[in-house]
Amino acid sequence: MSVQVQASAAVKGTPWQIRRQGDGEAILILHGADGAHGWASIQAELAAHGQALLPSHPGFDGSPRPAWLDCVSDLANGYLELIENQGWGRVHLVGYGLGGWIAAEMAIRHSGALASLSLIAPQGIYVPDVVTVDVFLRTDEQLLRDTFHDPALAQAIWDQPRSPEADEVAIRNKEVTARLTWQPRGYDLDLRKWLHRIAAPTQIVWGADDRILPVAYAEAWREAIPDARVVTLEACGHAPHLEQPARLGQALSSFLEQARSVA
Amino acid sequence: MKFFNFHLMAYRHADLDAIQRNGSAWVTFSNQYYDPKLGAELYHEYLDQMEYADQLGFDGVCLNEHHQTAYGLMPTPGVLAGALARSVKKAKIAILGRALPLVNNPMVIAEEFALLDNLTRGRFIAGFVRGIGAEYHAMGINPTESQERFNEAHDMIVRAWTEPGPIAYAGKYYQMNYMNPWPRPYQTPHPPIWVPSQGSSSTIRWAASRRYTYCQTLSAIDVVAKFFDMYREEARQAGYEADNEQLAWSNCIYIAETDEQAMREARPHLEALMGTLLKMPMEMLLPPGYTNLEAMKRIKATRALAAGKKAQSVEDLIKAGVVIIGSPATVREKLEEYEARAGFGTVLTKTQFGTMPNEMARNNMAAIAEELFPHFRRRESPPATAAAPH
Repeated sequence: MSVQVQASAAVKGTPWQIRRQGDGEAILILHGADGAHGWASIQAELAAHGQALLPSHPGFDGSPRPAWLDCVSDLANGYLELIENQGWGRVHLVGYGLGGWIAAEMAIRHSGALASLSLIAPQGIYVPDVVTVDVFLRTDEQLLRDTFHDPALAQAIWDQPRSPEADEVAIRNKEVTARLTWQPRGYDLDLRKWLHRIAAPTQIVWGADDRILPVAYAEAWREAIPDARVVTLEACGHAPHLEQPARLGQALSSFLEQARSVA
Repeated sequence: MKFFNFHLMAYRHADLDAIQRNGSAWVTFSNQYYDPKLGAELYHEYLDQMEYADQLGFDGVCLNEHHQTAYGLMPTPGVLAGALARSVKKAKIAILGRALPLVNNPMVIAEEFALLDNLTRGRFIAGFVRGIGAEYHAMGINPTESQERFNEAHDMIVRAWTEPGPIAYAGKYYQMNYMNPWPRPYQTPHPPIWVPSQGSSSTIRWAASRRYTYCQTLSAIDVVAKFFDMYREEARQAGYEADNEQLAWSNCIYIAETDEQAMREARPHLEALMGTLLKMPMEMLLPPGYTNLEAMKRIKATRALAAGKKAQSVEDLIKAGVVIIGSPATVREKLEEYEARAGFGTVLTKTQFGTMPNEMARNNMAAIAEELFPHFRRRESPPATAAAPH
């Protein structure tokens, strides 16, 4: 099944790069702070269940930051507009990390736009007394090691050659991430206030060994969203799509099939 | 040439090994290493040095602002400027500077500086900076907004000082219904604005276009000359010839009887400053978006290259003309050479640096006054055009 890349979709005049794979109901995958790379295998797996859409957020993956992009809710509003102007109907929404935060902001604004919601180690809320990693004070190498449960996997990724272009994209991804998440660091107090409005079937997926954003956060999300379920992945750090892709794919696929049968 | 005594007010009793273990004296270096009894004595020791500078005939004394660090104990320099306003009788008092983007209401700076200008009856110099990257970690201000916040805060403060109040301001980061500072500045139209920088071309252009005095932070003299030439060129582009009075070089000077003695005495304190107190990881120095992509890539590459090398030795610093250390004759000769090469009207000299004890700092200040003031005040600074021989 081939991946189509389309850059013609636009909101407020900003082009939106979207990778499409498969047919049927829209499954929208929102990447985290490090961009869309690394999500191809999950996208391919979800393409068996519908049209799997993997956009790059404006400002990420080499695209310029649009002047209107100042905060996470700008992206949430942008994606809601994109869903409308692309005629995707009700979407199965999957968001990871920063993308999970965007997804949650979309859900509290317009829960009716969602057929289901899967949040994978999302940012966006604050839980007291849980030690998290200050991602902006870690070196690239430290952060990579913090991200994975398995040190050998972190080492293997660190040892991969990186092009200057990829390095530049990483610097720019980090810059726009800082703009969106620096203060308060990775959350917005207004989000949690309205999480009870989410009516779509919701699952929270978390790596049991996440050090960046520990699994204690999963329980806080479950408490805040009505009828949300939590799936914990063993032997998994902060990047389930890279460390436990098969089990993450399974969790996402079965949940959206379940949501579909209920609907 | 004018001589300003620039104090960093380092916590000179700092446990240097503990700083090395922590990787930096900034942000994450625990304040449990600060002893309030020793610290209180230090504040008085340093303020006494500033008053001594005034008595020795220094043209000005300089304070600055840094947060959560043993490198400098001046999170609110206005308090110290206030303490000096009545005891420093003749010298200018400069805060170089306050970090505008770190505040959520720039009117507090407009008011504080206007007050100091009144208190000193117009001897105040207002420095505006963005603050170094570490401050954005320490103060929870978004580094990607730094430049825009600086621009807005600057505009607000200058308008509040110069336009009849009350006026309103509606920016992206700052909004005020009423800007009407009491007191107004003593000087007309406002205190001189000085802009310290590490050499950002956009900052140099901006300062030159507004005729603000540009202050180059600790750098090799060739780099200083390059940035001062850039300022002069920007001034020409803006339609005027820059005066040397608009250029100030921030350095360290240490004088003893002989070169050998000066080196021996200054070395551990300069090493503490450069090798320990100034040290910080790249992620702390340059948070995302603090500087533009090109500068970020350049500095990342330079730091990666430097990581494999030893830190600059005191000899390297002297050779590059970052600092001037030696006998009176040596220091005079070097300063004259650097003045001719870079062209500047003011030196902002750290006479106490790093861990230097009180007696040594005061002897140094007295030697600078005795050995340099007569020589460099005898004549006018060389004109700017003659200052760039190449």
